[in-house]
Amino acid sequence: MSARKIQRRISTEESIPVTLILISVALAFMALFLVLPLMTVFIVAFSKGWDLYWAALKEPMAWEAIKLTLIAAGIAVPANLVFGVAASWAIAKFDFKGKSVLITLIDMPFAISPVVSGLVYVLLFGTQGWFGPWLQAHNIKLLFAVPGIVLATIFVTFPFIARQLIPLMQAQGKEEEEAAVSLGASGWQTFFRVTLPNIKWGLLYGVILCNARAMGEFGAVSVVSGHIRGQTNTMPLHIEILYNEYNFVAAFAVASLLALLAVVTLIVKTLVEWQAKRSGEPLHHGA
Amino acid sequence: MSRFKAHTVLPGFNLALGFALLYLSLIVLIPLSALFFKTATLGWGGFWTVVTGDRVVASLRVTFLTSFIAAALNAFFGLIVAWVLVRYTFPGKRIIDALVDLPFALPTAVAGITLATIYAPNGWIGHYFAEHGIKIAYTPTGIVLALTFIGLPFVVRTVQPVLADVEAEVEEAAASLGAGRWDVFSRVIFPAVFPALLAGFAMALARAIGEYGSVIFIAGNMPYISEIAPLLIVSKLEQYDYAGATAIAIAMLVISFGLLLIINGLQWWSTRKGVR
Repeated sequence: MSARKIQRRISTEESIPVTLILISVALAFMALFLVLPLMTVFIVAFSKGWDLYWAALKEPMAWEAIKLTLIAAGIAVPANLVFGVAASWAIAKFDFKGKSVLITLIDMPFAISPVVSGLVYVLLFGTQGWFGPWLQAHNIKLLFAVPGIVLATIFVTFPFIARQLIPLMQAQGKEEEEAAVSLGASGWQTFFRVTLPNIKWGLLYGVILCNARAMGEFGAVSVVSGHIRGQTNTMPLHIEILYNEYNFVAAFAVASLLALLAVVTLIVKTLVEWQAKRSGEPLHHGA
Repeated sequence: MSRFKAHTVLPGFNLALGFALLYLSLIVLIPLSALFFKTATLGWGGFWTVVTGDRVVASLRVTFLTSFIAAALNAFFGLIVAWVLVRYTFPGKRIIDALVDLPFALPTAVAGITLATIYAPNGWIGHYFAEHGIKIAYTPTGIVLALTFIGLPFVVRTVQPVLADVEAEVEEAAASLGAGRWDVFSRVIFPAVFPALLAGFAMALARAIGEYGSVIFIAGNMPYISEIAPLLIVSKLEQYDYAGATAIAIAMLVISFGLLLIINGLQWWSTRKGVR
């Protein structure tokens, strides 16, 4: 028995020095690129003490930025959730032509620069844009206003939930739903009692990642915002202004809230992955 | 109807697909089509003049070069991180595993100001390099750094499951036939994970090319040297040069699409080779 074990060690594992070197390289890389930046945010934020930290967060402009970020994410995430569920229901439970084209189109916002995502809305709603003159004539302001920010946020977070749900629901098939319908359940009953319990962890997983991106989006929102303080500044844009004014403590104080959000996102995400594994609902489907 | 879609007892197809298509068109397709119509107003000559301007060419070169280097760094270190996470056990492994996704969760602006602070000439790490006359922040090196941070999870997360699926029997068979550990890695394991590694590389590359938030704080944004193409789009927009901004955007899209096509081809070729 022990001889066999030694044989195994020799043949299919690296020598101990190689193992140690590989682990050290991986850990050093992770420490330098991930742990150090994360710590820096909090260290700089608190470098001048609690009072200045709180002062930066209590400032009315910071408060307005926080509110706007919550509004944008509060609209974008539910909107993309409804879309994600509808799209994955159609794609996973039915066979129709053009399905793979549809999946590719849903993925598209991931392949587009955030700046270009903002640009397309400027082309639509800007003064020289398609709908610009009409909007101006009717005194509707979409660009450089809250609706533009919400639209840009929806665009960049568009695929998150659909992309999570489509492979999950495809892997689960449609037998359970067909059984429920054959036994007389209505469509909505089938969805809420059969489908939803099966996809709840994947759904939550998608929502968490979608929310993190929605609250943190910078490039797209920056293009459509117009940077009006207290009106069209989200938290990331507020951070940019403070940083460019060399107000580092305040910039990092606001940044620390977003960093905290990132840490909470990672923790919840890990917990969801464990739960999903326990309940036998696979979240990932290989590459 | 029945030709378009196979029969099933499940309800809700029309509602679900109809809503999905409407939402997709309103949010993504119609706005994106504006990009092409706007460029069309420039005409081919106008488009070419914008795209071949010195400053635009320089910014495209900076963007694609730094993105390529960053994606390559990610492929190398990402493979090592994935390997270590799949094959070894050590204290704190679960935390490290969870931390890999930090660049997905941390807003890019936060990453940008943080990396700029660390690697500035008076920063914690930057000042060691500054003593030797090396500048990291406010140079293309800084851009590579930010893009490496942004792309880190892609390679790790695509390689990890594939690496976990490599069957121990295959390695044992190779080893029992006399292959050394390096031979087993380079001839058995590496070919198996190579398609996934390429996929991760492509995703990191695509993300890096479009990246804006984390880069502008650390780049220094010097025209011709450290100015990225997305930033040039923003400055054209600020001058109300919508057509110029759109032309650069189209050029970026076309070049990245071409690159991804090449990488997909490579991936297809390597998978085929692996199967045969």
